[in-house]
Amino acid sequence: MSSYNPFSLSGKTILVTGASSGIGRTTAIECSKMGGRVVITGRDSNRLQETYQELVGVDHVQVVADLTDSKDVDSLVDSCGILDGLVLCAGIGKISPFQFCTQDKMNDVFAINYFSPVELLRRLVKKKVIAKCGSVVFVASIGGCPGGKFTYGNGIYGASKAALWSMMRFAAKELAIRKIRVNGVNPGMVETNLIKHGIITDEQHKADMETYPLKRYGQPEDIAHGIVYLLSDAASWVTGHSLVIDGGCTI
Amino acid sequence: MDINTFIDNFAGQLDETPADQIKPETNFRDLDEWSSLVALSIIAMVDEEYGVTLKGADIKSAVTVQDLYDAVKSKM
Repeated sequence: MSSYNPFSLSGKTILVTGASSGIGRTTAIECSKMGGRVVITGRDSNRLQETYQELVGVDHVQVVADLTDSKDVDSLVDSCGILDGLVLCAGIGKISPFQFCTQDKMNDVFAINYFSPVELLRRLVKKKVIAKCGSVVFVASIGGCPGGKFTYGNGIYGASKAALWSMMRFAAKELAIRKIRVNGVNPGMVETNLIKHGIITDEQHKADMETYPLKRYGQPEDIAHGIVYLLSDAASWVTGHSLVIDGGCTI
Repeated sequence: MDINTFIDNFAGQLDETPADQIKPETNFRDLDEWSSLVALSIIAMVDEEYGVTLKGADIKSAVTVQDLYDAVKSKM
């Protein structure tokens, strides 16, 4: 029984966006370690190459693309073939108190956090390149989503993730017709460059960590392993769900 | 930029403290309504008004309103 592993991604091709850093990079690497073939995409060719070199196994593909650029999305969709999995990790953060939440700032954040992943999924669905029984995973956040956390200055980011969470549920309902599952993960604070923008000091982060029952922020692997579960056949009956992975922060 | 306009902009982020109580030598952390949200508002105000990105550490190392003004000016 040593080969029994319902969490294996062997035989699956998985597209991972935002793979040049953070949760996206680690997710791509973990998917490859679980036997998956990955297509990785990101904006920065050097950092994407760094991820590519860490992938385990063969036949992986990297595509440099800016998902806010329609032509880049076209070539990405054309080059990825049939997909068993799609992980939408690309995202940016923004800290701004409500009275400074201008539409310009919202447009910048929503373009990357909401419109790009939804549009990429739409084109892949329209082109029918997501396999029957395929699995889609949106990376949302506890920040702004139902049951989540609503911290000072996080309105634009949180609202973009709440919109993403909502569309995840609609897509789950409609794509179930093709047996495609659509889920999300809602991470708490994870140690990536996204939270190292300098507005929150290290001391404030340390104090915040103490409010987490498990007394630490997440590592990218903590999130990637939840994503692997949702991609795998172990989650065959799970759709329209967002898995909270937050060290107990929202308890 | 000048210190008087900066003080007006700083005072604009407060709701309870009368603007004329804010001086260059004011220790802003001693203000009753100073909070992490006010600090975020100062950072956002400086970005909007002066096109300067203040870090949390810049706020932390400043004591007076004058210190903040100097920090912004040094980044312009």
